Amino acid sequence: MTDRSVTAPLVVPAHRGLLGRFARRAEAVVLPLAALLVGIAVFSIFLLLQGKSPIQFFALTYQGAFGSAFSWQNTLSRTAPLLFAALCVALPARLGLVVIGGEGAIVLGGVAAGASGVVFSQSIGVIAFPLMAACAMLVGGLWIGAVGALRYYRGVNETIASLLMAYIAIALMNHLVEGPLRDPESLNKPSTTPLPAQLRVGDIPGWEVHWGLAFGILACLLAWVLIEKTTWGFAARIAGGNMRAAQVQGLSVGRLIIGFTALGGALAGLAGFFEVAAVHGSANGSLAAGYGYTGILVAFLARHNPLAIIPVAILLAGFEASSGLIQRRMNLPAATVLVLQGFVFVSILMSDTLYGRFKMFAPERWRSD
Amino acid sequence: MESDLGLWVIPLAILGGAIRVSTPFLFVSLGEVLTERSGRINLGLEGTLVFGAMSGYAAAYLTGSPWLGVLAAAAGGAFFGLIHGLICSLPRVNDIAVGIAMMILGMGLAFYFGKPFVQPVAPDLPSIDFGWWSDVPQVRAALRVNVLFIIGAGLAFAMWWMFRATRVGLVIRVVGDSTDAARAMGLRPALIRTLSTTVGGAFAGVGGAYLSLFYPGSWNEGISSGQGLMAVALVIFARWNPIACFGAALLFGGAGALGPTLQSVGISEGYYLFFAAPYVLTLGVLIATSSPSRAMAGAPGELSITK
Repeated sequence: MTDRSVTAPLVVPAHRGLLGRFARRAEAVVLPLAALLVGIAVFSIFLLLQGKSPIQFFALTYQGAFGSAFSWQNTLSRTAPLLFAALCVALPARLGLVVIGGEGAIVLGGVAAGASGVVFSQSIGVIAFPLMAACAMLVGGLWIGAVGALRYYRGVNETIASLLMAYIAIALMNHLVEGPLRDPESLNKPSTTPLPAQLRVGDIPGWEVHWGLAFGILACLLAWVLIEKTTWGFAARIAGGNMRAAQVQGLSVGRLIIGFTALGGALAGLAGFFEVAAVHGSANGSLAAGYGYTGILVAFLARHNPLAIIPVAILLAGFEASSGLIQRRMNLPAATVLVLQGFVFVSILMSDTLYGRFKMFAPERWRSD
Repeated sequence: MESDLGLWVIPLAILGGAIRVSTPFLFVSLGEVLTERSGRINLGLEGTLVFGAMSGYAAAYLTGSPWLGVLAAAAGGAFFGLIHGLICSLPRVNDIAVGIAMMILGMGLAFYFGKPFVQPVAPDLPSIDFGWWSDVPQVRAALRVNVLFIIGAGLAFAMWWMFRATRVGLVIRVVGDSTDAARAMGLRPALIRTLSTTVGGAFAGVGGAYLSLFYPGSWNEGISSGQGLMAVALVIFARWNPIACFGAALLFGGAGALGPTLQSVGISEGYYLFFAAPYVLTLGVLIATSSPSRAMAGAPGELSITK
């Protein structure tokens, strides 16, 4: 199965001017933006049909997401897990794989971080940070890497397998948090033992947003370098274009598939680590907050480009951050954000049909010679 | 009475549970068989199932008739199927990704419109007592079969016959196996696929109405937890054969009934793990029946999921 939305032309026309290069880049920016606006327009019509004002909706969204220092903090704290979750979709997408079970890696990564933190805190203290993060990444990497391995060795559809494994992961978390790992003192909300203060991840100085955001942006930058500037990224792109051709070329497709899925899973696991160590303080049911699912939309909106993931994640985090305000002020249900996401998602996928249709984006047209 | 049965309570409850829990699996998987036989995949049936559950419950509550609820659920499901079918008819649009988007949209719209219906009580669908001959309450409970289950079973056999012996079935199979061959025969693949997806969506909607109008029999946001998705996986296991879908749905229903059954007899150890049983079973079945090298036996040739 090939995900057509990620197949970029491998062979670039040799003679093309600056304008031509710009035109091709512009297509990848203009079309998703237009699709986003169409999705928002359909959603606005939907609101109008309910007798609600879209203008009020988006004014409140701005106010609740970006209107004040406090709302920016809220938005950016939600951005951090979305960055990792989106990378968990975007990295396998380079190989044409549609992996949508990042939620499972987030949840289990969080449990691994919470459990290992409690163990390490008694023995080694602050050095436990990298070990906690490593545990979370290992568990997340194994979880999604297994999806890649099943795909490669058994031909199991990765989309269905990864989503099934997300359900299994949540059941496993509930079992662990309410059973073997439960802190007897957590009465209303079963949780693991709270992490000691020295094992809590703090805020970026002067920002009042936890360090997860910085690491998330760093992960996006590194993922971009991996995809665009290394031979592995190039090999993955070839394999994503045509799996059989890549095999004929002697590329080890199995290693690429398992490597990219495992890396995506490890990053999603890291999101779980930050959720536990920076936000909740212990592993509990709050880990399954749906970041893994919103991350799918972020990755598709960003056309699986790690750099584009950063602004898109901030935008979608903003929608979720302002949801509470909108529910109170406009008396709309919590699912309103989900409806908006659905319309935008459908619209962005429909825009796939438009690539190459507009002459103004064709490099040949802008050739200087 | 309890002591007479002893541990027989468990298999009996699982049998009853299998019949009760399997119906949504059955309808969704039959809908997916129809869609996939025409060469397209609809991963969004989870969203359709949830939307069907909501619209069915709302219509049954507002009109007082559960059957109008089923009709509304089918109409809602058909609408989602139609949208999915039309979008996927555009060139270069990825049907798997569209399915994910439709899943999110379906759930979003269901939760959005369903909020006022979480509290009220809608009338239930009727069921038929096949256990009248027994005095044992557990046997009677297990054999109280809902009408929709019987309709679903009939539908499975009707679809099997349709694919085997009718012109409509042949047309759908040709379109599913080769777009080029279908075009050469003068058929319109996009139209036939869109119609198949629409009818498939209607089936999934009926499955949703069963959830909200019979078992568990209420509407809330947690009404489905992946049944729609498992049903899609079940179709691969059943090799696109409607009658095999019927058997597979019973098997999955039994697995789904495992957790509640063990809980009802007082086994609470590993409660959440038993609830994961259907997902683990689905994954195991997928691993066992998939193959990395050869095309799957019985798979429609144009299906993107097996290419």
